[in-house]
Amino acid sequence: MERSQEEPLRTEAHITVRDLTLAYEGYTVLKDLTFTIDRGDIFIIMGGNGCGKSTLLKIMTGLKPPVKGQVFYDDISFWDAGPSERNGILRRVGILYQRNALWSSMTLAENVALPLEEYTGLDRRQIAEIVSLKLALVGLAGFETYYPSGISGGMQKRAALARAMALDPEILFFDEPSAGLDPVNARLLDDLILELSDSLKTTVVVITHDLASIFAIGKTSIFLDSETKTLLAAGNPGRLLEDSPDPKVRAFLTRGHLDET
Amino acid sequence: MKVHNERTAPPGTVSLSSPDVGVVLVRLSGAWKKDLELPSADGVMDRVLERPDTRLVAFEHTGLDAWDSSLLTFLVHLRNRCVLAGVRVETEGLPHGVVRLLMLASESKRAKGLPGEAVEASVLTSIGERAFNFARYFSHVLEFTAEACTAFLRLFEGKARYRRTDLGLLIYECGAQALPIVSLISVLVGLILAFVGVVQLKMFGAQIYIANLVGIAMTREMGAMMTAIIMMGRTGAAFATQLGTMEANEEIDALKTLGISPMEFLVMPRMLALILMMPLLCVYADVVGILGGAFVGVGMFDLPANLYYEQTLAALKLKHFAIGVVKSVFFAVLIATSGCFHGMQTDRSASAVGYAATRAVVVGIVLIVVTDGIFAVITSFLGI
Ligand SMILES: Nc1ncnc2c1ncn2[C@@H]1O[C@H](COP(=O)(O)OP(=O)(O)O)[C@@H](O)[C@H]1O
Ligand SMILES: [Mg+2]
Repeated sequence: MERSQEEPLRTEAHITVRDLTLAYEGYTVLKDLTFTIDRGDIFIIMGGNGCGKSTLLKIMTGLKPPVKGQVFYDDISFWDAGPSERNGILRRVGILYQRNALWSSMTLAENVALPLEEYTGLDRRQIAEIVSLKLALVGLAGFETYYPSGISGGMQKRAALARAMALDPEILFFDEPSAGLDPVNARLLDDLILELSDSLKTTVVVITHDLASIFAIGKTSIFLDSETKTLLAAGNPGRLLEDSPDPKVRAFLTRGHLDET
Repeated sequence: MKVHNERTAPPGTVSLSSPDVGVVLVRLSGAWKKDLELPSADGVMDRVLERPDTRLVAFEHTGLDAWDSSLLTFLVHLRNRCVLAGVRVETEGLPHGVVRLLMLASESKRAKGLPGEAVEASVLTSIGERAFNFARYFSHVLEFTAEACTAFLRLFEGKARYRRTDLGLLIYECGAQALPIVSLISVLVGLILAFVGVVQLKMFGAQIYIANLVGIAMTREMGAMMTAIIMMGRTGAAFATQLGTMEANEEIDALKTLGISPMEFLVMPRMLALILMMPLLCVYADVVGILGGAFVGVGMFDLPANLYYEQTLAALKLKHFAIGVVKSVFFAVLIATSGCFHGMQTDRSASAVGYAATRAVVVGIVLIVVTDGIFAVITSFLGI
């Protein structure tokens, strides 16, 4: 993996993935991944359907152990750490799941409140205030008592984002956030991501294959390929489009219209 | 069919010629539509291979009228046979659309990871595979059981993380909401037992003993058994569906990354609710079933009510109740475990959820009946 971009000032690594190999019961999904996510970056993980993006996310967030390799948060190797240390890391991480993963038996307010109850010693009233604030931030003020099944898909996505942001995470993972959103809502979500990154200096990791948002928000990106099962390219998406030597990467970034750029 | 009538082309035909040595030109003509009689690919291929040293098959389509997927299946078949026979196929002479679709069809077959290329397994292999799968299933069950026990230990330590409101709701669902169906089934079982019994006992003029029959059968066996089967189909299946859907929606992942154990948060309250409610439902079913029997005995066969009442009291011993209630606790554990376990094992697809529910019910009912049998053996061995 070459780094074509010049790096003016060496920023601080927030997450480092080293030699990571992911597999399901003997079936290797991706192998020998190595990349670094800088603090405050908006990092795009792109690749075709089923290439292992969600699996990579699972390993980075502690849901599934890797076959080989390590994931470092700052200097701590996640999979070598003890349970309490892992919880300490995950407490600083927010995740927007591909399928929203809102707890269906709880209201939106309870959904957002659960992480706060779990990890903070705040009392009921304080939690309720934070919950209202977070829901208002994503445009869902007044929907506190709704159940996930009672709101639209776009609203569910935003509610899930409110929950992911409940603990003011340092790192936010988004798994295909614009899937199932109309272009306007997808655009609004992109703006929100930029806003979060800008105002709170959150490190944002976005799994997506939505070209519009890749170019709109991505600062750094990696391209995963299911055929070679490796990381094919890394760098700024705009720059990859211009001069990635790999035709697959350019084909992806131009929706298959090769040689048009 | 009328719609096509103004342009009825003759059904598709194939004619072969050899413009060159080793080359067979397949000339397609007529209409290739699904509802017409068309030449078979095998027939054509046999004719192609009859010709000595065929190396190349080419096509021509000037006479070809309308076509649909029947032409495509014909060509795919033909191509596969050619590949087997080592004959090259040149698709240039086909209509442009056909060539594109053929290309698509051959590409999707190349997509890796599809089960298309599965080799037929030998009997031994498949037996081994089944045994292996069963061993793995069993190890998952053990793992699940161990985790559930840990969750209960933490509950007794007061450290388990779950929502009291969830538990309350589950208790309501497992208890109060099940009353109508449990009432209906129990009263019917009581009636049936009494009817069957009375016909036999009448021969000896001993009708009054249906009070014993119904009383003992309900409390010892049928009360626990019938509620268990009802609750398996009703609540066990619901548990599997709920947890399966949660797994498919990544809700369980979301809990895990929060450091909340799904065992404590989701499984333990379900087990607890069922373990608390099943004995109550069982006793309730006993009473309702006995009333059903009394209805037959007193209402239809004119046994004196006070006699029937006293006979019932005399027959009912605490041990019969106790055996039924103890069994119902075991059944509750089995139902909740089967429902929750299969729910948690669900893959991430909608169909998998239905499959999980079915499996939960089948496995659960088998376990219930087997456990009941074991109890029958043990109690008779102990003489209680
Ligand atoms: N639970 C699972 N068990 C086995 N294989 C899985 C499982 N989940 C995903 N896979 C397989 O792993 C590969 C990567 O899946 P995934 O990470 O979901 O892809 P992506 O998110 O990039 O679309 C796919 O081939 C998929 O079929
Ligand atoms: Mg995915």
